[in-house]
Formats: sequence, structure tokens, C-alpha cells
Amino acid sequence: MTAATHDAHHEHHDHGPAKGFMRWVTTTNHKDIGTLYLVTALIMFFVGGAMALIIRLELFEPGMQWVDPLFFNQMTTLHALIMVFGAVMPAFVGLANWMIPMMIGAPDMALPRMNNWSFWILPFAFALLASTLFMEGGAPAAGWTLYPPLVLQGGNHLPFAIFSVHLLGMSSIMGAINIIVTVFNMRAPGMTLMKLPMFVWTWVITAFLLIAVMPVFAGAVTMLLTDKYFGTSFFNAAGGGDPVLYQHLFWFFGHPEVYIMILPSFGVISQIIPTFARKPLFGYSSMVYATASIGLLSFIVWAHHQYTVGMPLAGELYFTYATMLIAVPTGVKVFNWISTMWKGAMTFETPMLFAIAFVVLFTMGGFTGLMMSISPADLQYHDTYFIVAHFHYVLVPGAVFALFAGTYYWLPKWTGHKYDERLGQLHFWLSTISVNVLFFPQHFVGLAGMPRRIPDYAVQFAEFNAMSSAGAFVFGFSQLIFVYVVIKAIKGGEKASSEVWEGAENHGLEWHLPSPPPYHTWTEAPAPELILDKH
Amino acid sequence: MKKTKQLLAGLALMIWGEAQADYAVNMPVGVTETSRDIHDLHMLILWICVAIGVIVYGLMVYSIVHHRKSKGAVPAKFHENTRLEIVWTLIPFLILFAMAVPATQVMIKAYDTGAADMTIKVTGYQWKWRYTYLDEGIDFFSTLDTKSNEARQLGSRIDPTTVDNYLLNVDDPLVIPVGKKIRILLTAADVLHAWWVPEFGWKKDAIPGFITDGWIKVEKPGTYRGQCAELCGRDHGFMPIVVIAKTDEEYKQWVAEHKSKQESEQAESGKTFTLDELVAKGEQVYSTNCAACHLPNGEGIPGTFPAIKGSPVALGPIAEHVSVVVKGKKSMPAFEDQLSAADLAAVITYQRNAFGNKKGDLVQPSEIQAQK
Ligand code: HEM
Ligand SMILES: [Cu+2]
Repeated sequence: MTAATHDAHHEHHDHGPAKGFMRWVTTTNHKDIGTLYLVTALIMFFVGGAMALIIRLELFEPGMQWVDPLFFNQMTTLHALIMVFGAVMPAFVGLANWMIPMMIGAPDMALPRMNNWSFWILPFAFALLASTLFMEGGAPAAGWTLYPPLVLQGGNHLPFAIFSVHLLGMSSIMGAINIIVTVFNMRAPGMTLMKLPMFVWTWVITAFLLIAVMPVFAGAVTMLLTDKYFGTSFFNAAGGGDPVLYQHLFWFFGHPEVYIMILPSFGVISQIIPTFARKPLFGYSSMVYATASIGLLSFIVWAHHQYTVGMPLAGELYFTYATMLIAVPTGVKVFNWISTMWKGAMTFETPMLFAIAFVVLFTMGGFTGLMMSISPADLQYHDTYFIVAHFHYVLVPGAVFALFAGTYYWLPKWTGHKYDERLGQLHFWLSTISVNVLFFPQHFVGLAGMPRRIPDYAVQFAEFNAMSSAGAFVFGFSQLIFVYVVIKAIKGGEKASSEVWEGAENHGLEWHLPSPPPYHTWTEAPAPELILDKH
Repeated sequence: MKKTKQLLAGLALMIWGEAQADYAVNMPVGVTETSRDIHDLHMLILWICVAIGVIVYGLMVYSIVHHRKSKGAVPAKFHENTRLEIVWTLIPFLILFAMAVPATQVMIKAYDTGAADMTIKVTGYQWKWRYTYLDEGIDFFSTLDTKSNEARQLGSRIDPTTVDNYLLNVDDPLVIPVGKKIRILLTAADVLHAWWVPEFGWKKDAIPGFITDGWIKVEKPGTYRGQCAELCGRDHGFMPIVVIAKTDEEYKQWVAEHKSKQESEQAESGKTFTLDELVAKGEQVYSTNCAACHLPNGEGIPGTFPAIKGSPVALGPIAEHVSVVVKGKKSMPAFEDQLSAADLAAVITYQRNAFGNKKGDLVQPSEIQAQK
């Protein structure tokens, strides 16, 4: 079926969106909600990024120049909470909302009203969190992990921060339920589970992780609240509690959480590389199994964040072995991506550039992760800048680059206009170079002995920190190019065809819809022959 | 100017890829067996990762260069190869096994704290370390040295490069004998801290209400420096650790000296001071022990740490003031074990007469002694 006939078919019952502000408040359309999530995530990326720049400004040279150490701690805490819950997670939910129905041949998400609800909770949650900055005593300053007893020392920001976390958790769980129900119930006839696009698969697994761990986190922070205000002693040794119990609960959530930020990236990359290599994804089934095993393994390795709390030897060794195992399915995924490129006919438009940078730099983050999994070595790495470098390699060139790749890849589909390829590539090169100038030297200062979460450091770390900060500012300001490119593509530009990329219709249902797709798509199931066997 | 120089130096370093004397780019080899074992393990896994990286990135670069459309590449059609996929699942297993064996050996050794020659208890406080020699009866606190402390104040305008061992120096270091297996017991008085000297090869958390442990056997006399490694509040970055390893004789001499110093401090608590003496002494005590939270100007941090300036406690009945300082209150620690009676008397008197408080009254060490 061609795009044109499809369009014509839609014409007579395609009532477009209402106009004006209330359209966005009341909408239940998956594309509108996807847009709302993506715009929110972009704004939060800049808010969290501004906080990172305050941190890097203070760390530019030794000595305290700009902010009080307590405020510095508030910035690290809020930067992380906002990047994790405000930027990366909502951005992937935005992609899911936009793409999953179009990719599986469904007219919308299964629970559209809940979809509206799960988005609109977010602005209120972030307002609560941000309000703590203006309270007496300031925002939480105990790191994004919110470890007691430190977190209990602060002022009365705690209930606000915790209710905000509860709301964010509710929103995530509702989003996850929606995705699972949609994928299980609304697939087009003929689309069996083993024909789902990889992006959909990775999101299904992510959604199960979310449902399993968000309640644990909600429980743990609620226990903090009762410890502070209702005289319980869950985490207070003087009352018979145990501060380390909190860490176990937190990381039982926190470790899967880091996969929640990375599995959808795997999905995005698995859509992009085949398109630009002009070859089907290599090893589709092993990709699915590898993703599922990473998801399962993520539940049994949490205490590798706690090698220094004084676990028994057997515990240290168990968590070491279990953590090392994750390298196997992760390796399988990397090998599969490379085999997809192998003997392809590659072109290097911006999405492909970001996808390749993702594979290279995420693999580096994977290597340092493997090093850290070895508990005796981690007795040195733990809580140093080596860790900061590691997790930023997986989160920035990992999660964030995958988001850029996905945005450039689908932007012409969403807007109907090609983005400015030259500016896209400029954004790519500036980001990739600066992100390495920013995070690579942190491996060195970490190994040489610089602890993390410190507002000032010994003078032998000065040069590398100056480099890091310079990289941070270039990286931060390069992101304005991205905003400009996106706005420009929304406003107009060269028309995009329905397949957008050469041969893209061999890589997913979404490329059979016109660009931009009509407000309601797949009101009739796509023809069975469009459903691909292997992706 | 200094900044640009630093930057250029850093960039030059990147380009040459050459480790110069004062650019530490790797984990120190260290001065204990554990630290060397861990360093070797670190280098082993690093090189394994580098080797895998060369293969993976090599394949990628090859296909990016040769399998590009602009070079007329025609895409192949394959999308599966079960045998290949099994191979690249099994080989990583074997590599992991090869890494797990030495890791297990090192861990078993690092965890064996038995048969120690002596034991030192280390307690983390916000923001100082307390060292208790369980066998010698020595007990003291170790805080950031005055010079670093002055230089690190916001807007101090003191150039940190002019301060020796900026942020890595303390007033009273931990002194240990070389060649003895020393068991370190760790705990904390308020929040979590972590005791870490990179050249000893490990760190461990100090947890209130619990005791964790580790051990060191330092082989070379020398001074070894580290920092607290667990976020512990506002001054987390200013909580250094300095360990001086001495030969057995020098160590014994130090023990004797430290004991007599401790005794003379105790004797001070019997003395009677004038107001001026107490205020002068108190200023010192305040800046090392109280200024971190209540700030050097006594203005505190609203909502978290109350001000001393114009505070109802510092201007109210003296008994109440003494009780807050000696016994602690909410997140304010109890100072009864941390400071001598003379220091407590001095700092309380100082707080009542500084920052424009002008109470004009004083408290003597003997009165504190009665409350302790
Ligand atoms: C724009 C680029 C970014 C810069 C320059 C940056 C910079 C920083 C800095 C300087 C710290 C403090 C490190 C420390 O002292 O421990 C930090 C912490 C952190 N960042 Fe980022 N960051 C960036 C992006 C991100 C993104 C995209 C994420 C997550 C999705 C993220 C997650 C975190 C987390 C979880 C922490 C740990 C906070 C804590 O210690 O509790 N960052 N970042
Ligand atoms: Cu500490």
C-alpha cells in the first residue's frame, strides 16, 4: 500500500486536533502526549544541565570561588534527580508514546486517558521538587541516593522531595502499564511477539522493570519520612535500625533504574543502524534474549554499589560474579550491532553518527563498568571520579546520544520536514568531542585519588578538572544548536517523503505512514504483508 | 591567565599522552601488599578491556571505512549466524572466568583481618576523624589543618597552590609503626563516612551503630594521604586523612610524647582562666570545630544550622548553653568526648562574647567537668 492511498483513505473521518492551549491539556492522542513528554524532557535537560554547569564552574580551579559547599551538594543532588527523572526517563516515554502505536499498527495507546494523567502529573512533581530550593535550609543535599542518616539532617524539604518522588513513580508506573497493555493487546494482526521492532521489545522489558522497582523505591523513601517525622527507627541504629538497609532497598530499585535509562537506548540504536547500513538487524532473536537477560540480571546485582559497606566475603564474591555476567549479553548486543554494519552499505547522516558514537562510547562505559564489578578493585574505584566518568559515559553518550539519534531519525516523520543536515552534523561533532574532553580526564583524577561529590580538591587535580569544566561548557552550549535545528524543522523546510530515509520502509511500519502522519493513524490495521519478519 | 595555562597544560598532556611527574593518571601502586595486589588486578582487567576494545573498535572502523555506500558497497543479506553467536557468547564467559579467579584470591586476602599486631578504632565525625589506639590508651581527633581551612573559605582569596598539601593535611595525623599488621575498626558518630588512603589499597564505610574493619601492613616509612569518600554533608570535601608510618623506635617515642601531651591537656582542665584568656582560646576552638556549620561569622545557615550571633541560647542562661554544646541537640553533635573541659569552657565563653553577643559572662573548665 502506498502512502498516497493511505492518506486518501483517512481523509473523510480524520478530524484534526482541537486548537489552542486546552488541546494540550486535555489531549489523549498518543502523538500529542509524546510531544508533551519530549518538550518537557528537553526543558528539564537544560535545567539539570545548568546545575551541572554550576558544579563544573566551582570545580574549574582549586579553591572555593562561587558557591557555598552546602549549595554545591544541593546542586549535585538536584542535577542528578532532574536528569534521571526529568530528562532521560520522560524523553524515552515520549519516544514510546510517539512510536509504539505507529510501529505495531495500533491507532493509539490502549489507555489514552491514563496517558494524559501520567504526563500531567510530571509538571506538578517537578514544581514540588524545585520548590525545595527556595525553602529554609534549601533542597536535599545528600546525593540522588538520599542516604540516611545524612538526608534526615536537612530542613523540611524532605517531605516535598519525597512526595515528588512518589508522584514521579506513579507517573512512571502508569506509563509502564500503558505500554505493556498496548503492546500485548493492540498489535496489528500478524505481528507476533517475535516480529516486534526492537525498540518496542526493549520498552516492554523496561516497563516490567519499572513496575517491579518503583514501589520499592517509594517504600524506602516513605520509611525515611516516618523515621524523620513519626519516630520510627528503620534506618537509625540508636533505635535498633540499620542505615545499610536503606542502601539495599535503594539499590534494589536503583540498579534496575539505570537499565531503565539504557534499555530503550538499545532499542533506538537497533532501529537506526539497520536503516543506514541498509541491512536487516543481525541476530534479532539473540538481541531479544540478551535484552531480557540484562533485565533479569539487573535484579540480582544491586549490592555492587555497596562493596565498601562491609558485606561478608561471600556476599562480595557473589555480587562480583553476578555483576560480571552482565558483560556477556551486553557484549552480544555490541557484536550484533557491529555485524549489522559489517558488509552493509553505510551512509552517515546525523542519526547514524550519533548511533555509532553511542556504540563506541557506551562500550567504553561498559568496560569501566566491568572493571568496577570486580569487588577488590572497586575498593579503590568506589566513590571516586572514576565512577563519575563511568556513569556519565553510559548516561550522556549512552542514553542522551541515543535520544538525539532517535530524534534526528524520526523528526522528519513527526514534522514532515527534513532537518538541517549541516547543523545536525555540527551538533554531533561538537557534542562528541566536548563530551570526551569533559568526561575522559575524570578517569585519571579518579584513579589518582579524587573523591566524588566534593566542591574543592587538592591542587594536583587542577589541570584535568579545568579541562573537564571547559568541555562541560562547550557541551552545554552546543545543545542550543539542537534546539534550533528542532524548531527549524517544526517550522518548515524541505518536505520529507513517507519513507524519509532510503529504503527505510524495509525497517518498520512507521515508514509506511505519510510524513507527518495524520492525527489518527492505523484506524484500520496495516496490510499483513507490511509486517516484517526480521528487522 | 593561570586558568588558560592550566588548560593548555592539560591539552598538551592529552596530545603527548605522556605521564609527567605531577600528573597522576593511574591508581598508585601503594605501600601495602593488598594495594599492590589490587593494582595488579586493576592493570590486568584494564589490559583485557583494552585488548577487547582494539578488536571491537578495529572491526567497526574497518567496516565504516570499507562498507560505505559512497565507496559503492552493496549491502549483504545475511542476518543470522548461530555458530558465530554461540562463539561470542562462550568466549566472554572464559575471559570473565580468567578475571574472576585472581579477583577471588585478592578479596580473600584483603578480608582476612585476623592475627593483627594492634588495633586502632577510627570514628568518623562531621567533619573530623577520631583515632583511638585500643592498646595504647591514646585517643585524639584529627581535623583539616588551619592553613587549608583558611584558604578554602568561600572567597578567601588565598591561592591554594601556596598552601602545602592543600586539603590533604591535618592538625594531628594518625601515626603507626611500619611492618606491623594493624587492624582498623571503623564506625561513625553521626552520618556515614568512608576512610580511604589510596596507597593502602582499600576504603571502607564508617557506619553509625555498626563496626566495619580492614587491615594494613605498611612496608615503608612515610606520609600517606587520603580523604573521606562518602558524602557526609557540607564539609565532606574537607575531611582529610593523614597517616605517618614510622619505624618501631620512632613510633614508641611518638607514643610517649603523645601521652604526655594528652596529660597536660587534662591538667589544663583544673586551671582557672580569665575572660580574655578564654575568649582568645575559644576563637581557635570555634574555628576548627564549629565554624563549618555555624560559619566563621556566627551567622549559621538558616533552616539547617542556627546562628550563634544573637542566638537565644548564647544569650540565655549559661547552663542551657553548656548542655547544648556538651550533650548535643538534634543534628548538633555532643562535644563532651571531642573536646577537653578547657576547650569547651573556652568555646562557650567565646560564643557568648563574640559576634556582638557581649554577654560578659564566662564558664570555667571545672564547671564543665561537673556537667560531663
Ligand atoms: C551535560 C552534561 C553533564 C554534566 C556536565 C554533568 C556533570 C556532573 C557533575 C559535575 C556531577 C557531580 C559529580 C560528583 O561530584 O559526584 C554529576 C553527578 C551526577 N550526574 Fe551528571 N552531568 C551531565 C549529564 C548528566 C546526565 C544526562 C545524567 C543522567 C541521566 C547525569 C546523572 C548524574 C548523576 C546520577 C550524578 C550523581 C549525583 C550524586 O552524586 O548523587 N548527568 N554530573
Ligand atoms: Cu566524611
